[in-house]
This record gives sequence, C-alpha cells and structure tokens, in this order.
Amino acid sequence: MFARLVYESFRRQKRRKLLAGAAITLGVTVATAMIAVATDIGDKINRELRTIGANLLVTPEEDTLDLEIGGVNLKPQSDGAFLNEADLPKIKGTFWHNNITGFAPMLPVNTVLQRDGRTEGVTLLGTYFAKQVAFGKEAFSTGVRSTNPWWRVSGAWPDDGSQDVLLGERLATRLSAKPGDLVTVSGRELRVSGILSTGGNEDDEIVAPIALAQAILGKPGAVRRVYVSALTKPEDALARRDPKSMSGPVYDRWYCSPYPQSIAFQLQEAIPHSHAEQIRQVAQNEGAVLTRIEGLIFLVTLAALFASALAVSAAMATAIFERRSEVGLMKALGAGGAAVASVFFAEAMLLALIGGLVGFAAGGFLARQIGRSIFNSQITISPVLLPVILAIAVIVAFTGSAAAIRKAVGLDPVFALRGEL
Amino acid sequence: MSVFESSVREVAARRAQAPHSSMFLRMMLRAAVLRRGRAAAALLAMIVAAAVASAMLNLYVDAQAKLRREFRNYGANIVLVGRNSASLPPDELPQVESVLAGRGVAAPFALVVAKTSDSQPLVVAGTDFARVRQLDRWWSVSNWPTAQGDALVGVRAMSAVSPKNLPFELSFQGRTIHLKSAGTVQTGAAEDSRVYLSLGDFASWTGVPPSTIEIAAAGSPEEIAGIMHQLEQAIPAAEVRPVRQIMEGEARVLDKTRATLLAAAALIILTAALCVLSTLMGWVFDRRRDFAIMKALGASDRLLNGFFAAEAATLGAIGGAIGFIFGVGIAAWIGRVNFHAPVVPRFSVLPFVLAGSIMVTLLSAILPISLLRRVQPAVILRGE
Repeated sequence: MFARLVYESFRRQKRRKLLAGAAITLGVTVATAMIAVATDIGDKINRELRTIGANLLVTPEEDTLDLEIGGVNLKPQSDGAFLNEADLPKIKGTFWHNNITGFAPMLPVNTVLQRDGRTEGVTLLGTYFAKQVAFGKEAFSTGVRSTNPWWRVSGAWPDDGSQDVLLGERLATRLSAKPGDLVTVSGRELRVSGILSTGGNEDDEIVAPIALAQAILGKPGAVRRVYVSALTKPEDALARRDPKSMSGPVYDRWYCSPYPQSIAFQLQEAIPHSHAEQIRQVAQNEGAVLTRIEGLIFLVTLAALFASALAVSAAMATAIFERRSEVGLMKALGAGGAAVASVFFAEAMLLALIGGLVGFAAGGFLARQIGRSIFNSQITISPVLLPVILAIAVIVAFTGSAAAIRKAVGLDPVFALRGEL
Repeated sequence: MSVFESSVREVAARRAQAPHSSMFLRMMLRAAVLRRGRAAAALLAMIVAAAVASAMLNLYVDAQAKLRREFRNYGANIVLVGRNSASLPPDELPQVESVLAGRGVAAPFALVVAKTSDSQPLVVAGTDFARVRQLDRWWSVSNWPTAQGDALVGVRAMSAVSPKNLPFELSFQGRTIHLKSAGTVQTGAAEDSRVYLSLGDFASWTGVPPSTIEIAAAGSPEEIAGIMHQLEQAIPAAEVRPVRQIMEGEARVLDKTRATLLAAAALIILTAALCVLSTLMGWVFDRRRDFAIMKALGASDRLLNGFFAAEAATLGAIGGAIGFIFGVGIAAWIGRVNFHAPVVPRFSVLPFVLAGSIMVTLLSAILPISLLRRVQPAVILRGE
C-alpha cells in the first residue's frame, strides 16, 4: 500500500513532481559544477601564472658575481663557472618533474656584429626555442617559446639545430634589418629568421640556438644559467624552514610538497655543481595571487551551495503545501501522522536521488564546458564525489520539506478538506 | 444617536467618499497581513535571492580592482630609460610623480661597475630605499639602511665585499667610498650580486645620475596606457617601455578569474531566481480562491492582472532593496576575509538588482494567473 501510494503520487502528479525534481536537478547541477571548478581553480590559475615567466633559477655553484647592466654583460667571457648542458634533462627526473612545465638554458656571449661596413658590440644570447629533449623514455619539448610566452616574433622562430637567429626589435631597427637578411656575427654569416619583441633587454640582443652560442664561445655544452618554470604551492611556515634543521618525517613532508624551496632543492640535487633558487619577484607574488583567487572562488562556491540548498528547500516546501487536501483525506481515512510523514519523506528521497543523479551528470558537463571555454583545458569531477553530492541532496530535500510536512501533519483534516487555511 | 453609531456612520461616510484606489491598496495590504506566513516566506526568498545576486555583482565589479592591486606587488610595469642609453635629465622624478599623481610608485636607479678593495669588479646601484621598499615588495631584506654610508648588500656580493661583515670600501674611477653593510638583500635575481647605496651617497661618490626609473602604475590596462602616453608627452628625453612580461601575465590571469566569477555569478543568480519563482508561484497559486471570488464579483481581467502584478512588483522592490543591503554586507565580509580590505558598495549594481527582482516576481505572478484565467471561477470555488 505504501509503495503504491508513492508510485501513484509520481504517476498522477507529473507536473508537480517535475517542478520539484527540476529544482533539485538544477540545485545539484550548480553545486556540482561549482565544487568541480573550485577544486580545480588552483591548478588552472597556477598554470596561467606561469605565463609571467620562470620562477626558479639554476646557476653554477661556484660562480663569480654577475656583472650585468641593462642586459650588457661586462664579465670576461670565459670567467666564472658553467653548467653542463648534458645534465639539463635530469630536471625531468626530479620528484616533482610533473610540476615542471618547462625550462630554458641561457648562455650570453659578447660578439661583434658587422653589417654594411659598420661594427657593433652586441650580446648574443643562446637558448632553447622548442628543443626536443629526452629523459629516459620520456621525450618532451621545452624552451623559451613555452617558458616566456610574452616573447613575440615577427617572421619565424629559428630551429634549435639551425644557424638562424632572432634579432631584437630595437637592434633590428638600428640596423634596419628584416627577416631573411644575413648578418655577420664574430665572423660567421647568420640568417635572421625573425624579429623578436620582448619589452626587455633582449630587444637589444641577438637570440640564437644555444649550440651556436657555444660554438662562438668555443665551449661546447656550456650553459650560464637555466630558468625553470614550475607549478608551486604557496609558501607557508614549513616551506621557509631550513631543511637541514628538520627531523625525518617533517623533512619528508617538506621534500614531498611542491614549495618553490623544495623544488629548488631537488633541482640542486639533480644537476651537479649547481645552485638553485626561487626568483622571488615571481615565486613570492604568485603564491599571494593564487591564495586570493582560490579564497575568492571558495567563498563564491559557498554562496552557490547556499543558494542551491535554498532553491531545493523552497521547491519541496511548495510542493507539499499544495497537497494539504490529500493529507486531509489520508488522515480522515485513519492514517496517523507518522504514516503521512513517511510517504512524504519517501517521495522527497526518491526525488532527491533522481534529481541528484541527473544533476551530478549535468554539473559535470557544465564544469567541463566552463573549463573548456575559460581555461582551454578539462575540468573533470571525480566520481568519488557522487555519493557525497547525493547525500547532501537528500539531506537538503529532507530539511526543506520537514517544516512543511510537520505543518501538513498537524492540520485538522476537516479544515484541510474544506480547503480552508 | 450614540457615540458608537456616529463613529460607524463616519467610517461608512469616509469609505464611501474614499477614492477608488484605497480599495486596491487595502486588498493588497490585507492579502499580506492575513496570510502572513506565506507572504513572509515569499519576501524572505526574494530578500535572500537579491542579497546573493547583489553580493555576486558587487564582487564581480570589485574583485578585479582588488586583484590588480595584488598584481602591483609584482613591481614595475613601466620602465623609463634615457633615449639611446643616455642618462635621464635630473628633474625626471618629480615630473614622473606629477604625471602619476598618486596612481603608483616610482623608483630611480643609477648603476656603475666599481671595484672592491681586492679589485674585483662589482655592480653598484644608487636608489631611493623608501621607494624601492614600496615598489619591490618581494625583496627579502634583513635590515633597510637608513644612515649615510650604509649600504644594502646582495647575498652573493656579501662574500666579495665584506665576508666578515666589516666596513668595506669601493672605488670608482679612482674615487673611494667607505661603506658599512646595514643589511643584505635576497631576490634570486641580479640584485643578489649588487651593492645598493642611497642616491645621495651614490651621486656624491660617482657623479652618475639615474639611468632608469621603474614605475608600478595602478589601474586598468587603459589607465596604464594613458599614464604611459602622458609620460611620453611630459618627458620627451626618455623612452617609456611597458614591462610586457608582467602586464600580459596579469591580463591573462585577471581575464580567466573574471570569466570564472561571471560564470559562477550567472549560475548563482539563476538558482536564486528559480527559488523565488517556485515560492512565489506557490503563493499565487494558493490564492486561486481569492482570484475566483474577485472574478465572480465582476472584477475585470485587467484589474486582476493589475492587482497581482502590483503586488508582485511591490514584493520585488522591497525584497530587492533589503536584499541589496544584505548583499553589500556579504560582499564586504568576503572582501575583508579574502583581500583584507572591504569591497566598496557599488550603487551602480542597485538598479540591476531591483529590475531583476521585479522581473522575477512579475514573471512568477503572471504565470499562474494566465493559467487560472482560463478556468471558470465556479470550478475553482468548488475546489476542483
């Protein structure tokens, strides 16, 4: 009899059930989508923040002081120490290799540029553009094109194995050179494949594949410094502690957290005779920005959950309130308060489960659409969340209907049937 | 004639002479007072929805400004250098300040290569420490120099100039300066290999004027472009360069955050509107007997529509106004919790919230009415 009551109520009152079900579905959809976005936003914004440039710098351990003013290197050419290019792929062998989105080695060389009978001292910067590098079985491509996305080239990017170079914008204007021209650098005839604009010191320089810079310098495999771009976790009190002073488990926790400090520490371990450090301008500020944005979206998600809980309860309350005469009839026929309430709660539960399932699927789809249209990448929702979301939906539907059910049960059947109140 | 009778007559006379509109008002008031519970529930739903909507809109408008300020901690987004690597004229900084007019921070830098006492070359910079402290907040400085002859030494330069933290001297073109290290600076970049002096010490020692002014200009991309244009006009001797690295990264992150916030706001407002819709529709549907009686007594469709519409609009306006106040409070709280600065109330949002509230309430009143209009009053009154 109980089952038939519930079944018939769904069969005969399609419009009302549809309305309440739609409210639950929409509420769950919004809640699911917002939870998915909120859990993923940190990672997404972290990747966007990487467009500001590398946050870690690897230099030789025993290096002399930098002598650079306005991008012009005043240090004697072969002075100081170098890193070995062959060690660089090991960056991808560190514990947090999945968090390292790219790296670019740099080797500045002072050269003499000749064109149309004029000579000029110019810095030639050797680097990777989009170099294919392999570590173990893993092959990947890295270089300034991914680490420095604000670098813009009119013309073509040079190939990493070629003898082609990029001319900085201001240098090109001074020389009135354009893509396809030939320039003579330290006695070598090089083809200009494009004009580079960065808004920085590189605008006055020549940027070339690193092998070319090494050949001009006469030091094969030499690298002055490596810029590493890594996804990091905002710094906290643990991050700032000195690893040497930590006990075993604390050290493990520090080592296995993607703090800028611990990734720098691991880079230093991976590359022999190196010193790695966070670039504070980038690393410190991205932590702050990330924390703010995550906090904002978290609070907004709370508001979304609140709004959808409210919508579900309002719909449930309205649906029950409309059925007072039915309650009167049931009570007039001898049903007790508990029997009436259990029918309504069973209906609420069924609605919440169906609405929750549909809403979860729709919310996952919505989150994917948001991810694709805003971040150009997937936002996926883990299926582990499904039981949690369903439980929340049932609880909200119950609490939303509880007050209305209590009022309905307390009604005098006579008044209810006469339609008064 | 008793006092009672005369007062009854008075009331009757007043009612007879009262303008037609008072009946309309009375009907509306009585509807709200008699079914207090349902009316309060509908109003509450409206207030909550309007509060959530205005909080989201307020945040959406204000969060960008807040995040931009956060991005200014990245330091300079404009750099001023002398044309063709010449130094800047000496009166540059006041001119930059007057263009900025409080919309940012500017710090001058002068650079030379000097030699330590064991003739190791080293980059020495002169700057204004008070300004650098505001501009480059990421500098990790153990102690800022204050006195004359105090220097700020990069962590890597420390071992070259003063390994035991003793007073040291530097020489430039034969002239020597005696310095004392007040503290160290660590940035992970070129600053670590430099020694920083105050501009006064630097100028009297080397005579070299500042070659660069770094500026962190506040505001939207358009405002920053405006500042750059003004700088170019005011100081023709200098080249004004945007720091694209910072500006483009900032624009990207802000764009994405704004889009996410907009999507969230749209979803939340939609849900809140639906909540109001279902509550209000229930309320109006519940009053189908009032509707039927009015119709049976000869009220025209226009009057009925007008009555329910006026009621809905009043509810929407009151709920929207109260909700806006709460919403501003919520936004201010979120601002304080997340950005440590309250979100300023944006009254430009109010008309949208009010219009939206009234539209939703009108919609939720009109929908059931148009359904009921087709039904004969007798059918409703019989309770079928």
